[in-house]
Amino acid sequence: MNEPLYAAIWRGKANGSFRTYEVPRHESQTVLDVVTYVQRHLDPSLAYRFACRVGMCGSCAMTVNGTPRWTCRTHVAKVMTGNTLRIAPLAHLPIIRDLVTDMREFFDKWKRAKGEFAGGRTRCDDFARVTPNSPERVAADAGVECIGCGVCYAACDVVGWRADFLGPAALNRAWTLVNDARDVGGRVRLRAVAGDAGCHACHTQGSCTQWCPKHLAPTAAIAGLKRATAKAAERGEL
Amino acid sequence: MSTVATQVKLWYWQRLSAMALAICVVVHLAVIIYASRGGLTAGEILGRTHGNAPFAAFYSVFVVACAVHVPIGLKTIAVEWLRWRERNASIAAVIIALALLVMGLRAVYAVAA
Repeated sequence: MNEPLYAAIWRGKANGSFRTYEVPRHESQTVLDVVTYVQRHLDPSLAYRFACRVGMCGSCAMTVNGTPRWTCRTHVAKVMTGNTLRIAPLAHLPIIRDLVTDMREFFDKWKRAKGEFAGGRTRCDDFARVTPNSPERVAADAGVECIGCGVCYAACDVVGWRADFLGPAALNRAWTLVNDARDVGGRVRLRAVAGDAGCHACHTQGSCTQWCPKHLAPTAAIAGLKRATAKAAERGEL
Repeated sequence: MSTVATQVKLWYWQRLSAMALAICVVVHLAVIIYASRGGLTAGEILGRTHGNAPFAAFYSVFVVACAVHVPIGLKTIAVEWLRWRERNASIAAVIIALALLVMGLRAVYAVAA
C-alpha cells in the first residue's frame, strides 16, 4: 500500500491529452478518491463532477482504463493495471473540460423517447391499484433503478455509429413506462422509440447490460420494446 | 429517410428471413454432405436436379430469403460503419436485392428446369 499510483487524467477538451499525477495509495481507495486528491492537492484546475459519493446520483461516471464506470463505487484495486490508472471523460458525449462532459444530448434523448410519465387520472380519481407481482410491474421494476449516469450510453457502440440513436438508458426508461399500468402515453411512446433511431438499431451486443453499475439490463428492455413495437406495427399503430 | 413504420417492417422482415435462412442453410449443408459422401460429378448433380420441383421450390425460398435478408443488413453496415447517407444506402440495398433475386432465381432455373 505504500507504493504510489500513477493516474493519467484527461486534461482539456476533445483535442486535449493525458497528464500523469502521482497519488498516494490507500486501502479501499476509490477512483473518485484519486481524482479528488489530484484536484485538492496537486492541480486545483482539474474539472470533474460528483455529488453523493454513494452511488445514488449518477454524476461521477468516467472512463477508467477504457471502461465506463461510476467512479465513487469503483475501487482502485479492482480496476488498476500495474500501478497506473487511465481516467478519461465518458465516451460519446462532448467534452466540456477535463473529465466533465456535456450530458444535454443524453437527457434530451430521454425526452425524445417520451420518458416522462403520462397519467390519465386526476386527483379526484381513486388510486390506481397495481399488483406488485403482475408481469408488467415486474418488467417495470427491473428497470426503474436507473440513476442516469450515462455509463450504458458511453458503452454502446451503436450510439457512436448513429448520432440520433436514443441509447440504452432512454429506451430502458421508455420500457418501464410501457409496462406502467397507469401510463396512457403508450402509442405515442412506441412510435417514438421504434425504428432506426430507436430500439431497432440495437445490435444486442449487451455492453450496456455488462457495464451498468446498477446491474440493470437495458438489452432486455430494448428486446421488450422490439416485441411491443412489432405488435403495434401489426395493428397499424406506428 | 424512410418512415418509422417502414424501418420496423424491414427489421421484422430481416428477422423472418433469418429464420428461413437458418433452416435453409442447415438443410443445404446436410444435403451437400450426405449427397457427396462417395464423390459426385456435375453431370450426376444435374441428373438429380433437372425437373425436380421440390428442389426448385426449396432453393427459390432460399434465394428469396437471401434477397430480403442480405440487403437490409448491408444497408445498416453502410450507414453505421461506412457513414453512407441513408438514402444512398437504401438505393444500393435495392440494387443488391434485385441482383441477388435475379441471379439466384436464374441459377435455380438453370439447374432445376
